[in-house]
Amino acid sequence: MKALMFGWEFPPHILGGLGTASYGLTKGMHNCGNMDITFVIPKPWGDEERDFANIIGACNTPVAWRDVNWDYVENRLGKFMDPQLYFDMRNKIYADFNYMYLNDLGCIDFSGRYPDNLIEEINNYSIVAGVIARTIDCDVIHSHDWLTYPAGIHAKNVTGKPLVIHVHATDFDRSRGNVNPTVFGIEKDGMTHADHIITVSNLTRQTVIDKYGIDPSKVTTVHNAVIPLSDDLLSIPKPDNKEKVVTFLGRITMQKGPEYFVEAAVKVLQKCHNVRFVMAGSGDMMDKMIALAAKRGIADRFHFTGFLRGRQVYEMLKASDVYIMPSVSEPFGISPLEAMQMGVPSIISKQSGCAEILNNVIKTDYWDIDAMADAIHSIISYPAMYESLKNEGLEEMKGITWEKAGQKVIDIYNQVIKK
Amino acid sequence: MKSICFYFQIHQPFRLKKYRFFDIGNDHYYYDDFANDDIVTRVAERSYIPMAETLLQMINENGKAFKCAISITGTAIEQLQQYVPEFIDMLKKLADTGCVEFLSETYSHSLASLQDPDEFIRQVKAHDALIYSLFGQKPKVIRNTELIYDDDIASLIASMGFKAAITEGAKHILGWKSPNYVYSSESAPKLKLLLRNDAFSSDITRNFNNSDWGEYPLTADKYINWIAQLPEEEQVVNLFMGMETFGEFLPRETGIFDFMRALPRFAAERGISFMTPSEVVAKHKSVASVSVPYPMSWADEARDVAAWKGNTLQREALDKLYSVAERVNLCEDRRLKKDWEYLQSSDHFFYMSTKSLTDGVVFSPFSPYDSPYSAFTNYMNVLADFIVRVEEQYPLSIENEELNALLLTIRNQASEIKALNKEVATLRNNVLNDAPEVAEKPKKATKRVAKKTATK
Repeated sequence: MKALMFGWEFPPHILGGLGTASYGLTKGMHNCGNMDITFVIPKPWGDEERDFANIIGACNTPVAWRDVNWDYVENRLGKFMDPQLYFDMRNKIYADFNYMYLNDLGCIDFSGRYPDNLIEEINNYSIVAGVIARTIDCDVIHSHDWLTYPAGIHAKNVTGKPLVIHVHATDFDRSRGNVNPTVFGIEKDGMTHADHIITVSNLTRQTVIDKYGIDPSKVTTVHNAVIPLSDDLLSIPKPDNKEKVVTFLGRITMQKGPEYFVEAAVKVLQKCHNVRFVMAGSGDMMDKMIALAAKRGIADRFHFTGFLRGRQVYEMLKASDVYIMPSVSEPFGISPLEAMQMGVPSIISKQSGCAEILNNVIKTDYWDIDAMADAIHSIISYPAMYESLKNEGLEEMKGITWEKAGQKVIDIYNQVIKK
Repeated sequence: MKSICFYFQIHQPFRLKKYRFFDIGNDHYYYDDFANDDIVTRVAERSYIPMAETLLQMINENGKAFKCAISITGTAIEQLQQYVPEFIDMLKKLADTGCVEFLSETYSHSLASLQDPDEFIRQVKAHDALIYSLFGQKPKVIRNTELIYDDDIASLIASMGFKAAITEGAKHILGWKSPNYVYSSESAPKLKLLLRNDAFSSDITRNFNNSDWGEYPLTADKYINWIAQLPEEEQVVNLFMGMETFGEFLPRETGIFDFMRALPRFAAERGISFMTPSEVVAKHKSVASVSVPYPMSWADEARDVAAWKGNTLQREALDKLYSVAERVNLCEDRRLKKDWEYLQSSDHFFYMSTKSLTDGVVFSPFSPYDSPYSAFTNYMNVLADFIVRVEEQYPLSIENEELNALLLTIRNQASEIKALNKEVATLRNNVLNDAPEVAEKPKKATKRVAKKTATK
């Protein structure tokens, strides 16, 4: 089966969970066999893994004719794709986009991030999708998250193939209810045009049904999974701390509920003294959180690391005794799964999608700082609690694989193709 | 003549309230009174009371031909006395018929038999004393918590003078043998064993309301017929189950009470009698001995004790709890001793079971926690406070033996002084009688000795 996927992020250059999930799912589907996947991203860096999917960069797709020769293209794009593909796509240009700002190859430039002119970039991505859809033969189109819904709809209109959209998050999660009307519009449009909608949790599924008014029979939940960690990461030594470390790791934004973590820390520190709290990550609420920790008088035991990348994340996890994710609204939340893979007992909010599939974690309401503090205390004070969560957690993670998730997605493909 | 031996279990634990770690050292009341009241009242109304009424009817309508045994834990009695006292009166009425035997067990449905033999003996005695004071019966047959049994426990029970123990007729123990005989223990040959007939018991507990079951619906006629068709040599069918099976797990609408009420009539027709465990033990000889090297119970597919002692959480909690056992028994504080009993109920450990849901269904409708981990956290917080209180009684820096010796001295002080005074008096008499002129010296000497021993 041939699938054309539109995504926004792809490892190793990722900004959030979307890239990790897209990568894992694609790989899982590939491992299920008989899948030919083309994955479109705004801007490849050339170091992406390509053995399970054919990666096309939107920034390398011509939308206007430029008279260039093979060697020139090879020289410019050889790192990213087969030059032949460039020429194939050049033959499928469907309108004159010369009025736009284009480079020497007739391509639109993409940042591949979340710039201020995001809406414009989304629109450009959809223009490019028209060329790609005319070039690449496919049975089904799959769009990851709202940024790529317009591209998916365009591709569907061009090819007449069924469109599956994958809701990794909705604007209701990101904004704690203060929805941006433009974003809502794009999301709603995508959901309406989709032949089937995949959500990452039942929580998100309910949001899609309730807030966007979508027919429940069209929405299926496929929970995310994790890729087994490399031995290199697993073998990071655990530093010999005399004190216990409780870690929050993620964007410090309203959605992640960082203030509840600070308040829980205050409660724990009133009783325990051999514990430190770490807030790793960056975000628009970071300064507020530093101020809050100072105001509560716990700044000597509450630390901020700033943004961690790559290996640093795993070193931080390894040094932790407790991982906590008090998200106010989390469509899924892959990071507790990663913490569990590293053998770190985790506390997550009941408002997280991953709470639906995890058993060996502590689940509390995000606002219930008493319960959260109690859970932290329990893990750092009772060795059996720590050992049990650690070992059972490691065991549980072995059963959560992307292959299972991939198979579910393939089943959905078969269903929509039959229709 | 074949007989049916019924035994019904009644147990309610003192459920713990939500107890956060910042309550440790501040709040010494651990129980969720509202939940306890609510659950006990509900179960009593739906199950215990109608079942007791049914049993009373079965006895009276059949000219006392119906007999059965009931085992009720101390914690259940305490809660029923508080919230549903009328049920205790009904039990007394049942006891007065002479057709109901009360069994022995641990006071708080505890796992002491697996952890601390001394505590086990103490608890069984406490339980039996309570049963005697309420129902005027001295239990002769024992059923341990969840029918937990192994060879060590058998020796322990036999040493306490029990004639028989009730346990599970587990397949891995019996092999080809039938549970419908009286067996004896390998390690304590005088102790007879009554083994639960799993198939016939679960026909009532599990299959009665299961419309997927091939034999559904089960009628008293059919059921008695099956028992009558057993081979001639198989004399006793032991049907052991929780009392909440009737009315709670199997609601009244299923007709379970009518089914029970009809049993004696059909049994009489087929010449089957009802017996209490004591009667069975008195009438039948043991046909063989059974060895149980590892603890077994009536729970789960594996019939082991993994539901209470299977994971790290449970073992940690149990070890922590029983680490202070000796200390607590040295204490005099009544509240502390009550808490000690309540905290031992096996239910607290069952809530911490991480076994898959299909296995853990025995009590899960009653579990007040959303996960085994929160059950553990809550329990350990309570236990931490409890241990703080034990330490307040006697500082941890003193070794148990030393403490014991000190306490012994203090407790014996009065009797020791008395004995010494007596000695002084007799000596004085002797001296006075013999020679008045040398009386001064020995008198002083004995007094000094007496003082020394008293203040040691």
